[in-house]
Amino acid sequence: MKEKKSMGFLDWLKTGKVNRKLVIITFMLVPLTLLIVFTYLPFTQMIGYSFYDMKYIGDREFVGLENYIEVFQRDDCFRALKLSLYYIVASFVQLGLALYFASILSFKTKGSGVFKGFMFFPYLVCGIAVGFIFKFFYTRGFVLDTVLQWCGFKLDNLPYWLRDTKINNISIAATSIWRYMGQNMVLFIGAIMSVDSTLYEAAAIDGANGWHKFRYVILPSIKTIIVLNMILSITGSLSVFEPPYVITGGNFGTGTYFVIMNELAHESQKVGLASAMAIVLLVLIMIVTAIQKWVERYFFGVGEQEPIRTIKKRQKRLAEQAKGGVQ
Amino acid sequence: MHAGKGKRVILTILKYLSLCLGAFISVLPVVVCVITAFKTPDEYATTNVMTLPNSWAYFTNFKEAWQQANMGLAFKNSIIILIFVLAGSIMTGSMTAYVLSRFKFVGNGIIRSLFLFASLLPGIAMQVSVYQIMYSLNWINFLPGYIIMMCGTDIISIYIFIQFFENISVSLDESAIMDGCTYFGVFFRILLPLLKPAIVTVMILKGVGVYNEYYTANLYLQNKNKLVTVATSLFKFTGPLGNQYNYICAGVIITMIPALIVFILCQKQIYSGLTQGAVKG
Repeated sequence: MKEKKSMGFLDWLKTGKVNRKLVIITFMLVPLTLLIVFTYLPFTQMIGYSFYDMKYIGDREFVGLENYIEVFQRDDCFRALKLSLYYIVASFVQLGLALYFASILSFKTKGSGVFKGFMFFPYLVCGIAVGFIFKFFYTRGFVLDTVLQWCGFKLDNLPYWLRDTKINNISIAATSIWRYMGQNMVLFIGAIMSVDSTLYEAAAIDGANGWHKFRYVILPSIKTIIVLNMILSITGSLSVFEPPYVITGGNFGTGTYFVIMNELAHESQKVGLASAMAIVLLVLIMIVTAIQKWVERYFFGVGEQEPIRTIKKRQKRLAEQAKGGVQ
Repeated sequence: MHAGKGKRVILTILKYLSLCLGAFISVLPVVVCVITAFKTPDEYATTNVMTLPNSWAYFTNFKEAWQQANMGLAFKNSIIILIFVLAGSIMTGSMTAYVLSRFKFVGNGIIRSLFLFASLLPGIAMQVSVYQIMYSLNWINFLPGYIIMMCGTDIISIYIFIQFFENISVSLDESAIMDGCTYFGVFFRILLPLLKPAIVTVMILKGVGVYNEYYTANLYLQNKNKLVTVATSLFKFTGPLGNQYNYICAGVIITMIPALIVFILCQKQIYSGLTQGAVKG
């Protein structure tokens, strides 16, 4: 009797609608809990903290917008934001190199697998190790200096790569190029490979040389992924942390925004100020992302929808035709 | 069209020259590390960094680095974290993707945009307040807590799974339901096995990130005697060992070896996984 009843309950559970609800609830329970506890709860709390003068433990005092004002007035925060420009430039260099190597390696090249592997591998090295590798690489009289001496430079004429404030941010930003160029390249190779190969054949018949092939076939076909990567590079450049943290510890004017924020949050325990910094950065990232969405919609169209630029052009043309018709 | 033969030869030479230069720059920093890792302290002090070591069988630096940075424990912890975080985020990611791609219900769109917005929040910035939560849960220096937190911060895998589900015909689900299968059965018996390629992709993308994760590991696993990971173990070398690069390089090489092995074994999957992960947008 009892067994029959439980069977009945199980059957009831298996009926379409109940089962459907049950599956939605049970499957979403864990992911949503995690999302709320580790993303949205801290996020709302962070907004709250940013209006307080507080430490992790102890009293807090409401200070209104003072933290935000301080973010823009503090030398180190503002300088750190300007430092991002170095990384943005570096990431564009990186994209250019990646595009160049990707277009070479997508076509018949001897040993392309080996070249690809060598250039990609740095991506798999952990950030801390990359930091140590380059701390060593740039040390006075070590790797880079030795190579340059082979090329005929004199050691006395070479700068201190990590201490000279004119050049040290470039040195550190270059390590990001080293680490991520191969990854970008692999993405671009994937995109180039997915282009319809008859296009290349047609271009070859029309007598296109390498540059024409790149300019008129490859570039238009993969522009979406290029723009996406440019945007990712900008947001990535705003959030650089590991290279300066390991290589110079943020000294000699190399402290990026996150290095400064990390210091404030966990060493000086200025939680309110650090939260305000985080929110400012978030707003910047949202602006960049909004620009990306707009560029995508305007120039490339999303899914089935046509690019807004094409629609506008057509409307203009139609309008002109209509005018012509009246005349 | 008929570029001169000479011009073509020059272009080809330039092409290979640039490739060699690119490969050289990519490899040089690592190769010098390998060289230095095999040098005795004396050699390190007296010879130029680019001079080859006397003996390629001098392993004392590796032994020393292994002990100094407690790397045996670090690898053990990293492997535990990797296994559980990958298993956890593959389960949560695929379940979320299943619900979001197969069922239309109030809130589907809302949940999607919640995940989307979450992906915009910069990870390190969020830790200021996540730390507070971990602290109040008493999860600082608590490995399972760290693992759970790492499972939660995952959005890209959901996209990859959603994309994959959308390529599997819904009629497959429907016919299974007709045969008396429950939705749970459909997911676990029919769809999950089909998901293998997507799972490999997620494992690669997420695995690289988790293995290399320094910031959160350092923040939440502060007890470096017990809860050291591969990434945090290396940081030991900033202290008193800061200038002894023969040890540091040995440590760096040790952490790179697993990545190198995985790379050589699954090069193809890594490339295709990355490419799939990127077109999610």
